[in-house]
Amino acid sequence: MATEPETPVAALAAEPAVPSLVDRYFTRWYKADVKGKPCEDHCILQHSNRICVITLAGSHPVLQSGKAIKSISYQISTNCSRLQNKVSGKFKRGAQILTELAPLCKIYCSDGEEYTIYICVRGRLMVVNENILHKPSILQEKPSTEGYTAVVLPKFEESKSITEGFTDTKTV
Amino acid sequence: MFPLTVENKHVAQLLLSTGTCPRCIFRFCGVDFHAPYKLPCKELLNELQKFLETEKDELVSEVPNPPPKKIRLQELEDGIDGMDNLSQNGEGKTSIIEDGSIASKNSNLNVCNVCLGILQNFCEKEFIKKVCQKVEASGFEFTNLVLSISFPPQLSVREHAAWLLVKQEMGKQSLSLGRNDIVQLKEAYKWIIHPLFSEELGVPIDGKSLFEVSVVFAHPETVEDCHFLRVICPDCFKPAKNKKSVFTRMAVMKALNKIKEEDFCKQFPCPPNSPKAVCSVVEIECAHGAVFVAGRYNKYSRNLPQTPWIIDGERKLDSSVEELISDHLLTVFKAESFNFSSSGREDVDVRTLGNGRPFAIELVNPHRVHFTSQEIKELQQKINNSSNKIQVRDLQLVTREAIGHMKEGEEEKTKTYSALIWTNKAIQRKDIEFLDDIKDLKIDQKTPLRVLHRRPLAVRTRIIHSMETHYVDEHHFRLYLKTQAGTYIKEFVHGDFGRTKPNICSLMDVTADILELDVESVDVDWPPALDD
Repeated sequence: MATEPETPVAALAAEPAVPSLVDRYFTRWYKADVKGKPCEDHCILQHSNRICVITLAGSHPVLQSGKAIKSISYQISTNCSRLQNKVSGKFKRGAQILTELAPLCKIYCSDGEEYTIYICVRGRLMVVNENILHKPSILQEKPSTEGYTAVVLPKFEESKSITEGFTDTKTV
Repeated sequence: MFPLTVENKHVAQLLLSTGTCPRCIFRFCGVDFHAPYKLPCKELLNELQKFLETEKDELVSEVPNPPPKKIRLQELEDGIDGMDNLSQNGEGKTSIIEDGSIASKNSNLNVCNVCLGILQNFCEKEFIKKVCQKVEASGFEFTNLVLSISFPPQLSVREHAAWLLVKQEMGKQSLSLGRNDIVQLKEAYKWIIHPLFSEELGVPIDGKSLFEVSVVFAHPETVEDCHFLRVICPDCFKPAKNKKSVFTRMAVMKALNKIKEEDFCKQFPCPPNSPKAVCSVVEIECAHGAVFVAGRYNKYSRNLPQTPWIIDGERKLDSSVEELISDHLLTVFKAESFNFSSSGREDVDVRTLGNGRPFAIELVNPHRVHFTSQEIKELQQKINNSSNKIQVRDLQLVTREAIGHMKEGEEEKTKTYSALIWTNKAIQRKDIEFLDDIKDLKIDQKTPLRVLHRRPLAVRTRIIHSMETHYVDEHHFRLYLKTQAGTYIKEFVHGDFGRTKPNICSLMDVTADILELDVESVDVDWPPALDD
C-alpha cells in the first residue's frame, strides 16, 4: 500500500519541487515503538501555530501492503468514547485534556490483529477524524492528510517541549 | 435694571450676610436671564447693598418707633444675629459674627461659601485669557469648541445646604422653593464665560463640536465635606474601577437625593461656612474627537502582512499594509494614534488587485483636521510614491457612521479571486472544463487547521458562485472564482486534510495544491469612487 509521497511535484512534474501542504506548514516529529510495541511508529505533524495532527508513520504495520482494515472505533473503553469530545468557543472549552499515553482509537484488521493509536503529546483533544470511521481505507491511502486520527492543541507554554524525545527524521 | 424684587429681599439679605456672593444670590432667587450675571463683581456687590439698604428701612418700619440711622445699623447687626437662629449649625447656635464673615463688612474679599469662588474669580477676563493661551499653545486646529467644566463634588453639598437654608427662610413667607427654581451653578457659569471664550478665541461655542476644552476645578481644603455622606448612605459609594476617589459627582448627587433633610442638617452646617481659599484649576486639557479617512488599497507584495507581525517582541516581517498607509496620515493629521480596519483581509502571501479593498482609518486626537480635496489628493499621491508594495485610491474624509458600510461589505458582499493550482496527476483541458459549469456550489468548511488555535471549532457553509478555468500545462491551471464573503480559498483548493468538502481535490479526484492566490475584486461599492 503506497504511502503518500513527500515531494510529489519532484516525482511527477517537470518543474522544480514545490513543497507539499504538509511540508510547507508542518514539522514532522516521529515517535518510534509507541508503548513499547515494535514498529508502531507515530508521526506528529506540528503546525507553526503549535497545533498537532496525529498520524501514523509510514513504518507502522497498518500501513504495510497486504493489511486490510475491518473497522475503526473511537470507543476506547466502556465509559469512554473520543467521539464524545465536545469543544466550544475560542478557548476550546469542554475538550478532553489528555496525557501522552492516552489512547485515541482502535483499529481492527481483517487478519484479526488490533492496533491502538495513541495521542503521543499532551494537550486538549480538539478533533477526532470521523472520515476514517466511515471509510477506513483513507487511513491507508492518505495517512498524512485526510487519513489523520486527531487534532490536539497543546498548552502554549508546552508547545516546544512536547516533542522532546521525538526525532524529526524517519527511522525507516 | 436690578433683577431682584421685594420678594427676594429676605433671602438676599440672609445669603449675603452668611457669606454668599452676589451671583449665587441671583441663582437662589431664580434670576434666569444672562445679563445680570455678566456685570462686574464690584458693581453687583454695590447694587446689591444698595438694594438691601432699602430693606433696612422696611425692616425698621416694622418697629413701632423707628430710631435714628446710627442705631438702625446696630439693629441691623442684631437682626443678623436674630436671623442666625434660623441657620442650624452642627454645634448648635453659633453667631455668624464669630465666623468672622459678615458679608456686609468685607464680602468682596471673602470667598463665597457656596461656589467657592467659581462665580467670583473665575469669571474674570484674566482667567479666560490664561486658559485661552493654553488652548492656543496646544496646537489644535479648530473652528468651534465645546467647553467641558468639572467642579469638585463638594460644591453639590454646599449647594444643597444653601438650598435648605433658603427653603426654610422662604417657608416663613409661605413661599416654596424647589430644586429646579434655583439656577444651576454650571449653567450660570457658562452664561458668563462662553461669550468671553468665544471672543478671545474668535470661534463660536457649539455643543456638537469635536474640539473639547476641559477645565477641571478642585478645592483641596474642603475635600472632606462629602465624607459624612458615605457614613449615612454607604451604598451610594461603591469603589469605582478607575477612579481614585469614591466621591464622584454622581455618587454625591445620589446621596444628596437620598439623605433626609434632618440628617443632613445634623452633619453639615446650613449655611455652609466660608472657606479660606478659592478653588484652583488642576487641569486644562484640549482634545479633538477622532476623524475618519477611508479609501481602497491594492497590495502588490507577496511578503507583506496587513497588520504588524510581531512575536515575542520580535518583528517577523518588515512593515505592514496598515503602517504604510497610516504612518503618513498620522503625520499630516498630527494625530496621537490610529485604528485601522478594512472590509476583510488577505494573507501575507496574497496580492490584492483590481479596485482594491476598502479600508477606514480612525485618527485619534488629530491636531489638524481641515483639508481640501486637493490636499487629500496630494496625500494620496505621497503615499503611493513612497511604496510600490501598496497603492491607495479614493482617499477621502468620511464620518463615523459611514464605517458601517464597510463592515457590511465584509459579511455580505462577494469577492473574486484567481488561484494558480498544481495537480499531482497530469491533466488535459477537458479535465477542468466541468468546473466552469458549476454554479452556486455549496461547501462546508471546518475551521482550517492554520487558524484553529485562535478560532472556535465550527463548520461554515459557503457558496462558490461561479468558476472559470484557464489551462496552463499538464500540472497547472488558473482558477478564477467568485465566492461568498468569508470563504477560505486555499482550503477549498487543497481540502485542508479533508476538512473542507467538497474541494478541488475531491471534485477532480486529484491531489491539488495552491501555488498563488490573488484577490481580483472586493465587491463593495464603498467608499464612493473619486475621479482622479
